[in-house]
Amino acid sequence: MRETGRTGARLLVVDDNKVNRLLLARSLELQGHGVDSAENGRVALEMLRAGGFDLVLLDMEMPEMDGFTVLEQMTRDLQLRDLPVIVTSSLEGIDNVVRCIELGAEDYLTKPVNPVMLKARIGASLEKKRLRDQQKELVRRFATPEVAKDLQDSGFALGGKRVRATVMFSDIRSFTPLVESQSPEETIDLLNTYYTLMFDAISGHGGIVSQIAGDGLMAIFGAPLALANHCGAAVRAALEMIELVELFNVERAAAAKPQIRIGVGIATGEMVAGYTGTNERATYTCIGDPVNVAARLETHTKTAAVPILIDDATRAGLGGDIVVNALGPVSIRGKTQSVDVFVVPVGQKS
Amino acid sequence: MTEATIDHATFQALKEAAGADFVLELVRTFLAEAPAMIGDLRGALAASDADRFRRAAHSLKSNSMTFGASTLGAMARSLELGGISPVKEANGEPLDRLAEEYARVAQALSELRNA
Repeated sequence: MRETGRTGARLLVVDDNKVNRLLLARSLELQGHGVDSAENGRVALEMLRAGGFDLVLLDMEMPEMDGFTVLEQMTRDLQLRDLPVIVTSSLEGIDNVVRCIELGAEDYLTKPVNPVMLKARIGASLEKKRLRDQQKELVRRFATPEVAKDLQDSGFALGGKRVRATVMFSDIRSFTPLVESQSPEETIDLLNTYYTLMFDAISGHGGIVSQIAGDGLMAIFGAPLALANHCGAAVRAALEMIELVELFNVERAAAAKPQIRIGVGIATGEMVAGYTGTNERATYTCIGDPVNVAARLETHTKTAAVPILIDDATRAGLGGDIVVNALGPVSIRGKTQSVDVFVVPVGQKS
Repeated sequence: MTEATIDHATFQALKEAAGADFVLELVRTFLAEAPAMIGDLRGALAASDADRFRRAAHSLKSNSMTFGASTLGAMARSLELGGISPVKEANGEPLDRLAEEYARVAQALSELRNA
C-alpha cells in the first residue's frame, strides 16, 4: 500500500459512461490525485484486488456488474472491506441511497458531482482511512492476526466480557545489571530479538501478547478467541520460550555476550477480558484474580530458582503428556490463602 | 422553444471547474456517445428489454445534466422513472421527441464548442 497524505492518493473511478468517467477523473486529477478508471464492476474488482488503491468512486447503474454487487463483494473481501467507497450516482430514490450506505458505502454524491463537494468528501474519506490504517497497523504490531480480525469484526468495540482463560507473565532475570553493562543500542537490539522470539512462541500456541513493558510481557490464552486447551497451550508456549532463549544464549555465547534467563508464571481462571483504551488506541487485556496470581508466580520463580511456575487450575487443565512437580503451597501477596504451585520442568517437548 | 436548450450557467460552471479545453473534449465524447444511447433506447423498446431501456435513459439523463441540457435531461429522467410501458403504449412517440431535443442539444453544443 502506498503512502498517502491528504492529497495525492490513488483513486479508482468506476462508471460505465465515458463522459462521467472522463469528467470525474479530470476533477480528481485537478485535485492532485492519481486516477485509474474502470467501466464496470467486474473490471473494477479485478483492479482493486490487484491492490494499491486508497479510495473508490463507484457508479451504481452499470452493465455486467452493477455497483451494488461491487459493494457486496467488497464487504465480503477482507482485503477490500475497509477501502472507502464514495457512491457517485444519479439513481432515483432515497431507498437506493440507503441501500448503498447499508452495504458499506462511505458517502453518496449525486451526479453531476459538484467539484467542491467532491473534494470535501474525498478529503474526509481519506482522512478516515488514514486513521483506520494507523489503527490497524497498531493492532497488527501488538496482536495476532486472530485478535486483529476479532477487533475488526467487532468494529473496534471497546467492551468487556467474562471469560475463562490462562494468563502468562514473563520477564528477563537480572535485566537491570545487564542493561547497565552494555550500550543502549545493544539493549534495544537484545529486547527486539527477545520479543520476536517470545511473540513467535506465544502466537504459535494461540496466545496473544496483551502488554509489554521493559523486559516483561503479559500474554493471554483462550481469549478473545476460545482455545480448546488454553492451559496446555500456555505451558507449551512457556517451554518453547525457554528453549528459544537457550538457543539465543548459544548465539550470545559465541559473540561473548552475557547469557539471559527468563521466568514465567502461569495461572488460569475466570476473568474479565476486553479492549481497553480509546477508539484511537486500544489494547486487549484481562483483569482478575488469575492475572494477579500469574504475576506473583512469575516473581516467585526467582525465589524457587525454576523457570516456569503454574497454579493448580492450570495444572488441572493439562493433559497427561506434560510432567509437573508439586512445589507445595506458596503464600502470595494479595491472597489470604496460600496457593498450590507446580513446577514445569524444562526440556520437555513443547 | 420555451426553455434554453443548454443552461449556460451550468455549462459555464463546468468549464470553470474542469477547464475549457477539457470540456470541448468532453462535448466531443458526448456527441459521439449519445446517438448510441438513443439507439439503445430504441433497441430496448423493440426488444421489450426494460432493464436496458432504463439504463440507457439513466446514462442520457446523467450526461445531459452535466452539460446543462436540462430539457433533454428531464425527458430522459421521465423515461427512466416511467419505464418502457408508457413509451410502448405511445408507439415510441416519446423517443421521437427525445431525439428531436437531442438534435437541438447537439446543435447548441457544437456552436458552443466552435464559439
